[in-house]
Amino acid sequence: MSRADPRLARVIEASHGTGGKMTHDLVEQVFLPAFRNPHLEPLLDGSVLEVGGMRLCLTTDSYVVQPLRFHGGSIGDLAVNGTVNDLLMCGATPVALTAAFILSEGLELGLLRDVVEDMARAARRAGVEIVTGDTKVAGAGDREGLFITTAGLGVVPAGIAWAPGRIRPGDRILLSGSVGDHGASVMASRFGIALDTDIPSDTCALQDAVLAVRDIPGVRCMRDPTRGGLATTLAELSGQSGLTLTAEERRIPVREDVRGLCEVLGLDPLYVANEGRLVAVVAPEDADEALRRLRAVPETREAVLIGEVTRDRPGHANLRTPLGAVRPLDLLPVEQLPRIC
Amino acid sequence: MRYVDEYREPKAAQGLLAAIRDLAAGPLRVMEICGGHTHAIYRSGLDQLLPAEIRFLHGPGCPVCVTPAVRVDQAIALAERGCIVCTYGDMLRVPGSRGSLRQAAARGADVRIVYGSLDAVEIARRESGREVVFLAVGFETTAPANACAILRARALDLRNFSVLGSHVLVPPVLRHLLKAPDTGIDAFIGPGHVSTVVGSEDYRFLPEEYGKPVVITGFEPLDLLEAVLMLLRQKAEGRCEVEVQYRRAVRAEGSPKARAVMEEVYRVQDQEWRGIGPIPRSGLGIREAFHAFDALRRYERDLPVEAEEEDARAYTCGEVIQGVKTPLDCPAFGFGCTPEHPFGPGMVSSEGTCAALYRYRHMDREVMR
Repeated sequence: MSRADPRLARVIEASHGTGGKMTHDLVEQVFLPAFRNPHLEPLLDGSVLEVGGMRLCLTTDSYVVQPLRFHGGSIGDLAVNGTVNDLLMCGATPVALTAAFILSEGLELGLLRDVVEDMARAARRAGVEIVTGDTKVAGAGDREGLFITTAGLGVVPAGIAWAPGRIRPGDRILLSGSVGDHGASVMASRFGIALDTDIPSDTCALQDAVLAVRDIPGVRCMRDPTRGGLATTLAELSGQSGLTLTAEERRIPVREDVRGLCEVLGLDPLYVANEGRLVAVVAPEDADEALRRLRAVPETREAVLIGEVTRDRPGHANLRTPLGAVRPLDLLPVEQLPRIC
Repeated sequence: MRYVDEYREPKAAQGLLAAIRDLAAGPLRVMEICGGHTHAIYRSGLDQLLPAEIRFLHGPGCPVCVTPAVRVDQAIALAERGCIVCTYGDMLRVPGSRGSLRQAAARGADVRIVYGSLDAVEIARRESGREVVFLAVGFETTAPANACAILRARALDLRNFSVLGSHVLVPPVLRHLLKAPDTGIDAFIGPGHVSTVVGSEDYRFLPEEYGKPVVITGFEPLDLLEAVLMLLRQKAEGRCEVEVQYRRAVRAEGSPKARAVMEEVYRVQDQEWRGIGPIPRSGLGIREAFHAFDALRRYERDLPVEAEEEDARAYTCGEVIQGVKTPLDCPAFGFGCTPEHPFGPGMVSSEGTCAALYRYRHMDREVMR
């Protein structure tokens, strides 16, 4: 029998889709070489294009989650909120969304209808309309087989150019609330029998929060720490700014039940997904004001300062543990899998 | 939210660290047996905070790491012949000699993650037309739960459920380590979870036969600091004994109920340890009375009996797993051998020594190269 070379992944594996190192490798080795252009190159949440004197922001995202409904939301909420938030993180005001559906033969129509109603409600809340769409049927036999792709169009006001390249040493890092809620909620729904918890997803659109702070000049950039969690976002921002985002572990809020679930499963909540949180990097002189305004908005009322930007390990993020030790916070090399004991 | 205890913790830790510094006279090399401890040490950065006299040696206590490659090969073979293979998440990426279960799943095999052994029984009950194999690995911690799965399957009279087991025992591997002439081990941090099942009595041979003190320890950073302090006190006071720091969970007699279930379903047998080799009477096999639920018996004729050769690049693994070398002594560590592409056992599970060091101490690796 021939021995497989373990260094070559010949097929796509689940780890390619977790937003960690293997996802980055896939993008850099397959997509970027083929599509390379100055808009795509920085690999941000969306691209800002100058069209007819206007600065338009364009973004897209696909949504795959099992189960389709979980405590606090559904794939429909994610498909709207996720794309709206990607526009907002670029500093754009969302204008319109597209929605494309891939349905399995066997998908229950009632389930689809519920998901679509969730999308409509989420879009109304975020103040956007779904203006065009598409439907395809593929595959068979899965009563929960539903994938959604949305694209978002927004307008970036004059004077706003948020980007990691604007981050400076001494800048403050703000986080809008507890981490890991969404990922923990989905895991708890997925293994409902074994895990008796009641954690709601944090899925929401962040337009009120972003509009509240957008005119503060010291806001350097924003990110929504979705797939890969807070740690991945801090690692990416460090890489893209060439600086070191250093977070204090004891300042990062984690719900007690999320922490418990993660402990049982051997997962690190800093790498667990969020769907309604934001990280903002803000100049030191504007950090208090940004925090005050964020706390006045319901979705970000628990905003906290979690750390600051240094240059001690250029391009890499750090975490200071509660005991005062410092350890690196890197992209996860492979997906987190629940451990055995 | 976790603010309150997190603010209190650094203070308590400072107190323990100061007491440790006062007592640390001369080098103390402490082996923590359990992978959970290794992970906790690196995650909290304890190794950076302790005085240089205290050195941790990382022991062989990650059950995923020491599961022989042939067991993975067998699970893949069963998955490829149409069985549903259920297992714990961290077994998925472990390479056998022909790739991992994760890769088999990517090629279409039906491999499912379970969170407990009874979930696997439940899958067998629901999917009565399919054969379900539960790849069950672990130390004394998980063995009772896996035994319960067999008892439950028998109670339900399931004909489509079996267990592909690789259960290992802590005391025999410690005896094996201590047989070497110079182990470099001065003291042990005993496994917390294992001891909730087996109790503390099983470790008395360490002080009595080998003169090595043991403190059975919990998994929080403060637990580990307290354990180090307890070991130093033993040394200072001229004592050498088994002590329990993890008193909130461990009793001297362990859990009689769990021990009884293990006794009913398993018998002690010789066992192969990945990276170490065979160790006499160090594993658990399924008793004859339950052979219908033993995948090794049930599919005897269809299973590979030994792995193709272990990856030649994994030659340092045995010494790392036994605490003789650290991952930094290994030329492959971080260069070729990474969590994405592990060569050997220490890197395959998130709680393996190499994986823990790779993830939490990247900086050292960069500095040392």
